[in-house]
Formats: sequence, structure tokens, C-alpha cells
Amino acid sequence: MIDDAGVVVAFWVIAVSTVVCALMVAAVRNLVHAVLFLALTFVGVAGIYIVLAADFVALVQVLIYAGAVGVLMTFAIMLTPAADRRNSETIFQAPAAVLAGLVLAIVTFVAYDTEWRISGRDAFPATAASLGEAFLKPYVVPFEVVSVLLMTAMIGAIVLTREEGDDV
Amino acid sequence: MSSVVLASVSLENVLVIGALLFSIGLYVSLSKRNAVGILMGVELMLNAVNVTFLAFSRYVESPRPLDGQVFAMFVIAIAAAEAAVALALAVAVYRHRETVNIDEIDLLRW
Repeated sequence: MIDDAGVVVAFWVIAVSTVVCALMVAAVRNLVHAVLFLALTFVGVAGIYIVLAADFVALVQVLIYAGAVGVLMTFAIMLTPAADRRNSETIFQAPAAVLAGLVLAIVTFVAYDTEWRISGRDAFPATAASLGEAFLKPYVVPFEVVSVLLMTAMIGAIVLTREEGDDV
Repeated sequence: MSSVVLASVSLENVLVIGALLFSIGLYVSLSKRNAVGILMGVELMLNAVNVTFLAFSRYVESPRPLDGQVFAMFVIAIAAAEAAVALALAVAVYRHRETVNIDEIDLLRW
């Protein structure tokens, strides 16, 4: 249970601004502005992680998402200068909105309807050390697989974006 | 003072925030015309899933409560790989077609 007054106020401020930023991603009419709002959403989500006592994951979120993915997306937009930047919708706008609303309604219903086995334990102490131990003991195989996957993906990205006839 | 309705953050509150982010991401990825816009929706959905993982890891009784955070880290790693490849694909398509609008890339359409 999180009931410290300051943390509760912080959570609601962060949560509302995160959701508003996410809505702006869908609503703004310029793709560059959408990327900036997306980066703000990532920072807000990092704030939610901190409320949930996940300090290390929050740090990684800011580094990887707000930093790397945000910059990567800005680059992708800048590298496609003649493309349409109006952030417009296809003909699937209405069905997509209906589907999203349905998913929201169902998940909300299930969240409030289920009897969760809530534990009364306190927030985790600093998690970096125990996360590192988890990665190198029980999760060492998935950890190595993810490393190889990341490297393969990066090499693939380089191969895909190389100019044709570029022999380097 | 603390008689306000929202005197504490419950698991359900966090789950609903995650559901909101997920459905916004779903709407964005299904409705946007630009390939980069679609990718933004996918990233929003992955973030929503991470919020849910961390909420369960924080609240729900478990012999190994930190596992939710480990999973969130794996999701972040996969999302980074996915973003790099997808954006590279968008740039590669742009080289050939001068557009990244998904309704104009219809070479394989029957």
C-alpha cells in the first residue's frame, strides 16, 4: 500500500500529465511535435516507475526511451524529409478508436473485479544490486540471448539503411 | 485532510493508468498513416505493459517480487531492438518510394 501523502499527490500529478501527453501524441497535427510529446510521456512513465519503487528501471527508462528511442525517432523523421508530416489518420480511425475503448473498458473492469493477493510489504530498498544478481544468476541465459538479439538488430539496422553500392 | 477519496495509490489505480496508456497506444498504432507514428503507438503500448509489470511486482504477494522488474528490463531491451529495426525499415522504404505512409506502400496488394 502506498499512502504517504506526498507520494500519492506526486503519483496523481505524474499519472495525469503522462496520460495527457500520450493523448497529445494522438492529437497533435505535426509528427515532430508528436515525437516530443512521446518523449515527455516516457519521462512521465519513469516517474510512475519511481512511485512503484523501481528506481533502476526508471533510470533505464529515461536513458533508453526518453534518450535513445526519442532521438532515433527524431532522426527517422529528419531522414524522411519529403514524407508527409501531418500525423494524419487512415480510414481505420473509427474502428481503432472503438477497439481501444473496448480494451480500456475490459481491462478496467477486470482490474476492479479481480481479488488480487495484495501483500503488505514495504517498498523495495535500492534495487540495482538485486537486479544485477538476478540477471547474472537465475536469468543469465535470457540475458545473454537478449544481448545477442540486440547486437543482431543493430547490425540489421545498419545493413538496412546502407546506401546501395556502398562497399565499405 | 486525508479524508480525500484518493488517500492512497492502489494496485487498481496503477492498472487503470496502464490500461489508459495501452489503449491510447493501440489507437495510435492502428489509426496513424505515417510508419513512424505507428511505431510511436507500439512504444506506448510497451510502456503500458511495463507499468503493469512493475505494479504487480510492487503490490502482489510473491516469493520473488523483483522478477517483475527483471521482465520490464527485458521488455525495454526488446523494444530498443524493435525501434532500431523498424526505423531502419522506414528509412529504407523511403529511399525507394519517397513516402512512409502505409496506405501508399501497396506494391504487394492484390
